[in-house]
Order: sequence, then structure tokens, then C-alpha cells
Amino acid sequence: MSALLEIDNVTKRFGGLCAISNCHVRVESGHTHGIIGPNGAGKTTLFNLITGIYKPTEGDIRFRSESIAGLRPGRIALKGIGRTFQNIRLLNNQSVLDNVRIAYDSQLHYSPVEAMLRLPRLGRDEKQSIGESLELLKPFGLADHAHGLASELPYGSQRKLEIARALALKPDLLLLDEPAAGMNTGETADLTEFLRWVKEHFKVTLVLIEHHMHLVMNLCDRITVLDFGQPIADGTPEEIRANPRVIAAYLGGTGDED
Amino acid sequence: MSAFLSQLARNRWILPALVVIGFAIAILAHYQPIFSGYTQIILITIGINIILCVSLNLVNGYMGEFSVGHAGFMSLGAYTSAVFTTKWLPDIPMLFPVAVIFGGVMAAIIGFLLALLSFKTRGDYLAIITLAFLMIVKSSWENISYVGGPAGLLGVDKYTTLPWTFFWVVVTMFVIRNLVYSKFGRAIIAIREDEIAANAMGVRVREAKILAFVVSSFFGGVAGALYSHLNFINPKYFDIMKSTEILVMVYLGGISSLGGSILGAVVFTFLFYQLENLGLGYWRMVILSSLLILLMLFRPRGIMGMKELAWFLPKLELKERRQS
Amino acid sequence: MLDDVLYLAQQTINALQQGSIYALIALGYTMVYGVLTMINFAHGDLFMLGAFACMLLAGVLTPVLVVFPPLLSFIVILLLVMIIIGVLGASIERVAYRPLRNAPRVSAIITALGCGLLIQSLTLVIFPYSKSMPSLFTNTTFQLFKMPNPDAEGASVTLTITALQIVIICVSLILMVALDFLIRKTRYGMAMRAISFDSRTVPLMGIPVDRIISMTFLIGAGLGGAAGMLYALAYPVIAPSMGILVGWKAFIAAVVGGIGNIRGAVLGGFILGAVEVLAVVVFDSSYRDLISYSLLLLILIFKPYGLLGQAPNQKV
Repeated sequence: MSALLEIDNVTKRFGGLCAISNCHVRVESGHTHGIIGPNGAGKTTLFNLITGIYKPTEGDIRFRSESIAGLRPGRIALKGIGRTFQNIRLLNNQSVLDNVRIAYDSQLHYSPVEAMLRLPRLGRDEKQSIGESLELLKPFGLADHAHGLASELPYGSQRKLEIARALALKPDLLLLDEPAAGMNTGETADLTEFLRWVKEHFKVTLVLIEHHMHLVMNLCDRITVLDFGQPIADGTPEEIRANPRVIAAYLGGTGDED
Repeated sequence: MSAFLSQLARNRWILPALVVIGFAIAILAHYQPIFSGYTQIILITIGINIILCVSLNLVNGYMGEFSVGHAGFMSLGAYTSAVFTTKWLPDIPMLFPVAVIFGGVMAAIIGFLLALLSFKTRGDYLAIITLAFLMIVKSSWENISYVGGPAGLLGVDKYTTLPWTFFWVVVTMFVIRNLVYSKFGRAIIAIREDEIAANAMGVRVREAKILAFVVSSFFGGVAGALYSHLNFINPKYFDIMKSTEILVMVYLGGISSLGGSILGAVVFTFLFYQLENLGLGYWRMVILSSLLILLMLFRPRGIMGMKELAWFLPKLELKERRQS
Repeated sequence: MLDDVLYLAQQTINALQQGSIYALIALGYTMVYGVLTMINFAHGDLFMLGAFACMLLAGVLTPVLVVFPPLLSFIVILLLVMIIIGVLGASIERVAYRPLRNAPRVSAIITALGCGLLIQSLTLVIFPYSKSMPSLFTNTTFQLFKMPNPDAEGASVTLTITALQIVIICVSLILMVALDFLIRKTRYGMAMRAISFDSRTVPLMGIPVDRIISMTFLIGAGLGGAAGMLYALAYPVIAPSMGILVGWKAFIAAVVGGIGNIRGAVLGGFILGAVEVLAVVVFDSSYRDLISYSLLLLILIFKPYGLLGQAPNQKV
């Protein structure tokens, strides 16, 4: 079976700087795939390449066997790839509910004319939008805050809102950029279970960038390790833990530091 | 008292009632002299300014751009509709609404081009492009003798009446308000807040930008068409000063607030005429610009800020907020 | 054939004159944008005030200055104009822009618009009619080149340059070179460039940001005022509406060169001067504005951030 997402020998150069070189990654459908590596290794750049913010200098990226390299970010999102951002990018002046609704809007199909004339289909679709978005907020514990501003949520809830928002797109692939950033051990453990549930419930394939090793080792089926923009290892958590190159470059010790 | 006001705010029948009453008054005023000619002109001007203000708010307020070219769309609508009624199909008053729509469409075509330009450029750079566009349109009229060149266009019939103005104000408010409280409005707002996040959320950014510019410029053209059938037009009128006046109304009333735009247009027009009546002439702009500076220092987002008048909120949203 | 070359050379001199003035105004816009990322919409009206200040000073000081050689009185008035307009520009920043540094960007821009309007309308109240500039020195015409006209018996073609043109071009060049020196070789210039890169960490390094910004406005406005004076000498009828007409054009020129970029402002100014002069050469003079703006727009469509500008980098 061909992979859901395939990054095929991708290189990205910014002027003289080579951010990513000869990167191969295969993400199988239904898996949880981790991307780890020291800071500056190119992990977020990889996400930006997948989601179309950057175009690969060389190589190809395929989603469901279809090349998506160089497509615009909006198109790629609509093909079924959702993402969160390393520095949370919520619409701060909008309500929590609206943040989700805007992502859910991709499921509504009325035309501008129907909107401007306020034809019946608009009312039905809008009602559906509000209902479904609220439903989506419930498991994230955000339904009670639906009408508050997104900027007023505590940090952890903001991260959850970003995930909820990405799921409103009904994606097949969900890219999470450091979802556990800023969380302590307890919160990270909760997040691990939560992500497991999200994967089951929403039937998405997860790709995570993370620094919290517990989360990565417990959750991921496969891990790719990047260092200086190049993949230096790719395998199961056990294989990665034992890989001397990885240990040398990144883990530095027994592999269960926080 | 505030309980009464909030009850009033939630009543869904008040806005339609006001529209009907307003229409009745407008039609009555057209046939009976209940308003003086001068008052009628002021009311019509307020109406035109409301249309200008609300349409510009769509691009500058909701989408967060800084277009200074709105007077250019106004001039496109003004001139094309005037040519329609003066040279192409003269002396047929029944065709006035068609002429107005024609003016709007002509403006919208150029608005579409501007939207295309906005795909690659944003913020200050787009502002410059709108400025250049404004100057180009103005220069073009000055060089086309068919529309009278720098001397302006003579002989345009005065078709703009209070009922027609009221009609177009209602249409503008209806269309733009509906657009704002739909997925397209949300998309436009998302672009303002964070275009990168909007893209990641599957927002059709290009579609939204086109919609915003086209609708905004269409109604800018409509306002222009109403204006050219009210007053004599020449290219000099539609310059950066005119664009500035419209900008002032938008930021005075409240960016991304439709109620605010109405308020801004009314307050500005009222001050504009009142100051002239008080014989202040040249001091008028001094006072208005000082007020503007003070307003920005103390209420940077406008009188109403980003809050919307409850009558414009759709029923579903109002219900949701009440339940929370 | 030779007379065509001469004609072009003559027009080049005219273009240099125009371009110099536009470049000086554009520099003011670009300097402020560089440190505050803000379009100072009042700048065009400061240019206009420079013209009026010159006129007033010339009127007031003539009895005093008549004893001195014209060049000296010219320099004195120029310096006075630059200082007055510079201080005015810095004061506007202090009163109207500084309080809004943390407010939404649009508010600062609208305030600038308001300040510009205020300046213009106040000037209109005081001077409701256009005024004419007294000349400060005799505008002798120098013949650079002369030869017999091959097409007309006894007549000749000449290449001339007026004293005024020399003055305008020289003064502008001197000011631009001085500014370049200031930006690249002094600590102030370094601080200014640092602020335009990252205005938040710079104060943490002990740089007095407010003072640098004030100085930037002082210098930028001073340049604008100088441009106003030079423009008034070249086109002796001045009116309060000058600021809009000339100021906005110079602003577009600054953007075409690359807003925030000093070299870009100079480049943009000279491009605009050249385009304006050439447009009149080839087409009818009424098309001048249309062609200038269309060309500027065309450049912006292909290079949205200006010829020397760079797209702002966003970390995603």
C-alpha cells in the first residue's frame, strides 16, 4: 500500500542556506509519525514545505500519490492536511467558536450570491456550522468558552483550540508542531492520551514535531530524526533509541530525559 | 433603562420597521415639501456617504487593508453612469436604476483588477497601489474629452432623489451585512487577522479578496452614480482629498462595524455642513482634522470600535451569545 | 542629429533638477518608514511649509540680508528653513505619533493623515490665495555648449543650464551625500539602521530609541523643507495644496525605489523626475501625470516591494 504522505528527496535552499537536504519520509495511513531533532534541524521548515508555505528547491512531496509540491497552502489544506503552528496562530480577536467555524466553512458550499441575498440554504448551512463547531469543541473542553475571545484562553487551551480548528477541516493528515510545548510532565501525559483518542475518534494520521521524548516514544509508530536539515535516522521508537548517531546528535544520554 | 435598551436591541422587528418608515418618509418628502430643498440635499448626501463608508469598510475594516483609492471607484461609477444617461440613452428617467447598476459594474470591473493585484501585495504596498490607481483614474478623466476633460461633464439630469438614495442605502446595507455574517465575511476577517493561519484553515483566500474588492468597488460606484446625478462632476472632485474624507468617515465610525459606518457617515456629513453654516469656511477642515487627531489619540478604533449594532447581528449569532 | 542629442541633454538637466527635489522629499518618507514602519502622511505638507517658510523668511530678512552676497543669504535661509521644518516634524512625532506607538498601526496612519490635513487647512486659512516667491538671487543662464544650427541659417542650438538648476542639483547632492555619511559612518546612523531591523530589542541595548526617532524626524522633515524651498524657487507660485500634489508623487517614488531604503528613495526620486520630463517630451503635457503614475504602477506590479526593497520576512 502506498504511503499517505511521501516526502521524496526534498531539498530546500534559502539563498545560500540549505535548510533541508535529501529528505525522505514515508508516512503510512493510520500511523503516528514523529519528527524529532535538535532546534534548527529543519523540522518546522519541513512542515512548511508540506503545507505549501515553501516550495521545495528539489524533490517532490506526494499526498495520496498526488504531487502537492508547489501548490498553494489553501489548496493543500482543502486536500485534507490540517496543521498547528509552533507559535500558536489563532485569530486572537475572534471568538473561540469562530476560530473553529472558519475552518469548518470549508464544508459549507453556498455561493456568494446566496449569502448576499440571505437565501434559505444560508440559514441551514450557518446553523449546521454553529452546531457542528460546538460539537467539536466539546471533547476539547472548550464548549463553555465558545463565545470568549481566543486570546483570553489559557495557553494549554489555546493549543487545544488550534488542534480542534485543524480537525474542523476533516483532514486525513494532521500535522502538529510541538503540541506539548510549555507543558509539564502531567500535562504531557494527558496530551499523549488525548492525541491517542483524537487519532482513534477522528481517524486521522498524525505527524508530530516534538521535543518531549516521553510523548514521542509512547505515541509514535515511526520516528524520523533530522539534524542540520538531513535525516539521520528513520525507524521505530526502539530502533531510534538504540541508534548511536541519534544518541550522539540529540538524545545525548539514556533516552528518557524529559 | 439599560434593560429596556437591550430589549430593544434584541427585537428583530425594529430594523425592518425603520426601513419601511424611512421609505415612507422619503417618498412623502419627494412629493410634499416636508423638508426644504437644502435639507433634502443633506439627507441625500448622508445617504451617499453611508454607501461610500460601508463599502470602504469592507476592504479597510473587515479585511484590514488600507485602500486610499475609493474615490476612484466613486468616479468610475459617477462618470460611466452619467455617460449612460446623458449620451447613450438620454431622457429616460426610468432607466436611472439601470444606469446606477451600470456605474457599479464598471467600478467593480476595476475593483476586480485591484483584487488580482492584492494577491501578491499587502499592507502598505497595496495602499500605494491603490493611491497610484486613484491618480491614474483621475488623470484619465482629465484627458478624455468625451466626458468633458478637466472642465467636467455638463448636462447630467438630476435623477437622484431621496427615495432612490434611501433605496440604494438599504440595498447596500442588506448585501454587505449579509456578506459579513456569512462564511465569506468570516474568511475576509480571517485574512485580516492572520493570512497564513487562514490559508492553513482552508480559507479560500483569493476568492475572498476578489469578493471583498468587487463588492466594495461596486457600491463605491453606485455612490458615485448617485452623486453624478445630484451634483456637477469634474475630475478634480474625485481626488485624494475625497478618498481621505471617506477614510475619515470609516475610521471615525468604527472599523468593521456597520453601525459604526452609518454613525461615522452621519456625524461627518453633519459636521461638514454644520461647520460651513456657522460661517467657518476655511476653518472647517482645521476643526475636522483636529477632531480626527484627537479621536485617534483617545479612541483609536473609532467611536464604535469593532462592536456591531445588535440589529445587524444575525438571529443565530444573537441566540448563541445569549445562551452563553 | 546633434540638435536632438542636445535637446535630450537639456531635458536630462531638467530631469536632474526635478529628480533632485523628488529625491529629497522621498528621503524624508523613507527614513521615517525605516524606523517606525509608518507612512508619515504629513510629510508632503511639511514640504509645502518649507516653501512658505522660505517665502516668509525671505520677506522678513531681506532688509538684513541685502548687504550679504546672494549665495550667503541663500544658505542662511536654507538652513533656517531646514531647522524650522525639522523641529516642526519632530514635534509632530512627539505629540501625535509617539502616544500611538502601541496602538493599531492604522490609527497612527490616520493620525498622520489628520496632521497633514491640519497643516494644510491652517495654511489655507492664513494664505487663502497662492503666493509668489521672491527670487533670492539673479538666475543667470549659463551656456554650456553652442553650435550653429544646421537647419536654420544664422541661428544656433545651445545647451544651457541656469544658476538655479545648478543650485538645486548641487544642494540636493550635498544633502544626500551628507545623509549617506550620517547613516553609514556615524553612531546615530547605525542606531537608526538597528531600529529599522528590530525595534524591540534595540532599547535593551541601551540605545535611546525615542531620541533616535526624534532625530530621524528632524532630519527627514528638514530635507522635506529644503525640497520645498528649492521647489518654490524653481516654480515661484506656491499654494497650500502643493503638499498633496507633489508630496504624494514623491511618496510613490519612494515606494518604487523601495520604502525604507535610503538609496531606493534617491533612485525612485530620480526615476520619477526622468519619467515626468520625458513624458512631456514624447506626449502632450496633459498626459504627464497619467504616464508617470502608470509607469510607477507598472513597476510596482512587477516589483511590489520596490526596485531596491525586500519583502518583509515572516517567520512561520
